[in-house]
Amino acid sequence: MNQREILTGEHFMNGDEASAEGAIAAGCRFFAGYPITPATEIAERMSRRLPEVGGIYIQMEDELASMGAILGASWAGVKTMTATSGPGFSLMMENYGLGVMTETPCVIVDIMRGGPSTGLPTLVSQGDVMQSRWGTHGDIGVIAFTPSSPQEMFDCTIKAFNLSEQFRLPVVVLGDEIVGHMTEKVVIPKKEDIKLYSRRKPKVKPNNYLPFAPDDDLVPPMACAGEGYNVHVTGLTHDERGYPVINAEAQEKLVGRIVDKIRKNANKIIEYEEIKTRGSDVVVVAYGSVSRCGKEAVRMARAEKMNVGLLRPLTIWPFPEKRLRKLSEKVKAFVVPEVNYGQIAFEVERCVASNSQTLLLPKMGGDIHTPEDIFKGIKEMI
Amino acid sequence: MDIERSRDRFAPHYLEHEKWKLGDYGAHPIDKYLRPGRIPHIWCSGCGLGISMTCFISALEESGLPLDKNCVVSGIGCTGRVAGYLKLDSYHTTHGRPIPFATGLKLGNPELTVTVFSGDGDLFAIGGNHFIHAARRNVDINVICVNNFNYGMTGGQVGPTTHLKARTTTTPYGNFEQAFNLPHVAVASGAVYVARWTTLHARRLKASIKEALLKKGFCFIEIIAPCPTAYGRRNRLGTGLNEMKYYKEHSVIRHNADPAEAELVLGGDILVGKFRDEEKPTFLDMQKEGTLDVMSGKGGSKK
Repeated sequence: MNQREILTGEHFMNGDEASAEGAIAAGCRFFAGYPITPATEIAERMSRRLPEVGGIYIQMEDELASMGAILGASWAGVKTMTATSGPGFSLMMENYGLGVMTETPCVIVDIMRGGPSTGLPTLVSQGDVMQSRWGTHGDIGVIAFTPSSPQEMFDCTIKAFNLSEQFRLPVVVLGDEIVGHMTEKVVIPKKEDIKLYSRRKPKVKPNNYLPFAPDDDLVPPMACAGEGYNVHVTGLTHDERGYPVINAEAQEKLVGRIVDKIRKNANKIIEYEEIKTRGSDVVVVAYGSVSRCGKEAVRMARAEKMNVGLLRPLTIWPFPEKRLRKLSEKVKAFVVPEVNYGQIAFEVERCVASNSQTLLLPKMGGDIHTPEDIFKGIKEMI
Repeated sequence: MDIERSRDRFAPHYLEHEKWKLGDYGAHPIDKYLRPGRIPHIWCSGCGLGISMTCFISALEESGLPLDKNCVVSGIGCTGRVAGYLKLDSYHTTHGRPIPFATGLKLGNPELTVTVFSGDGDLFAIGGNHFIHAARRNVDINVICVNNFNYGMTGGQVGPTTHLKARTTTTPYGNFEQAFNLPHVAVASGAVYVARWTTLHARRLKASIKEALLKKGFCFIEIIAPCPTAYGRRNRLGTGLNEMKYYKEHSVIRHNADPAEAELVLGGDILVGKFRDEEKPTFLDMQKEGTLDVMSGKGGSKK
């Protein structure tokens, strides 16, 4: 059975399937989900693959339950995942918050489709970017990836597992319908070439263990169920023992830390791709499927001797704000095509407003920009 | 060490009022099951939750199950706080979601014994769908529902088990919704073990919890409990003690009774007992068996 764990080799698969394979390769052994277009292929593949590697697949009654179940299984010591799309992602917001508050490692794959509400079930959007950041109530630290190809769906899912284990929080893979359903070559590396990270375990005896006392990186070591530590885990504001404490001081300490553990470690988390930004007058900031058209638009502009580059955040959260601020010192304008009515464009503007202009190229969903659309935007700003 | 500390804290009180000498008293027998420093609890006087929790602890002790492999999962509400007092791996989750969380916990590590301890509103209003489906799947967890007929934590609003015509803060003209008959719901949904007791039936309740802890499959126990502060007061049910007297006079023990007859009416009899105890393969049994069959080519549809 074990040779089925990592399907080393070259494959022709879609982004959804690649994400499922990434999860299995990362050591995910529990999946709870609910069917939803355009993420269903992930559940289908997991239902077939998990039993092969000794894992559990369960189809829950809804997304509220799916999210709850992966948190529970994570506390049982297993690497866990769920997959959904906008309407289901909305339902998951409740237990996404519980996952953040109780510092529970797990991965949520959200294959974005047009919204709000039922919207465009089978068509693309990037409307959940801000939802992944602010969708659950309260202040949270967030890690979210925006892959732009099936290969990246595989790679980012592994990275998402590693970061969720390292920083103890639900990590989001924000695919979009195009990336999820696009079929391309996916190379699955050898087992020894895949770096995996697992949650830190407490080194002290149960009597001396404070379950929510952080190490230097602001992340507490995690004792799971059945390990003899008798941990109390609550979504209420709690102290380092894990016991509820309802006052401003405890709130400041706990929530401050769960936000800071991402903010202060952002440099270790943030990943982006840059193309020809040096000396550019205009930089396109694009993520997910749209970034592919962004790249083509940059090529078109370069062919006409325009100084244009591209910044593609792979981690949309934490946002590469330092890099954008730095770029804005020399760049005249940033062009932000996204399949929503302006979400990341405002983040870009926030970072660069004192030096540069920002042009939002919105699209309401159902389709993405053509390279020509983006090229037009570039010409407007150059 | 913490017991020492609590002794210090309470010693002068006991010594002064009870004329006891140091050494005449000690840790309560169930102290070792409780988290140090968490008592006093938040529950009102006359509340049924203390008895319910004590029965659970006694059952756990008698079951002989290893404590380190026992987990309790709660939702939100007065009963939701049980998880915070028990010295076990304990999880206080979101409102209505302890059953999905417990499902993950059990499937993630089948060695664990997982018990959901929550209230009627949590398990049957906001979490009703999860209850039905966990019972249908026969996930190997125990669900203990302390039914106090209203939302106590938020001050006593109408809930899915509130008696018809009862007064609550949100039914000032009386409740005009039919109440859930919980054992009936559980049996219809597929639970393999279903019992109901009141907090008066402490020994029988303990025996039922012990049976559930040792039984495989989805086990459900309803505990009828007084809520004198929020529900009792508005419905002239008197103190917690008055309610216990009521339970004594009006409880009818009938094992194997048809759960359809277990409906509760304000001022009526309370049918209690063990209504269902049967064997059925659990979700994990089915999953293992089915997967192995297909993989070894014995059955199922090969693809």
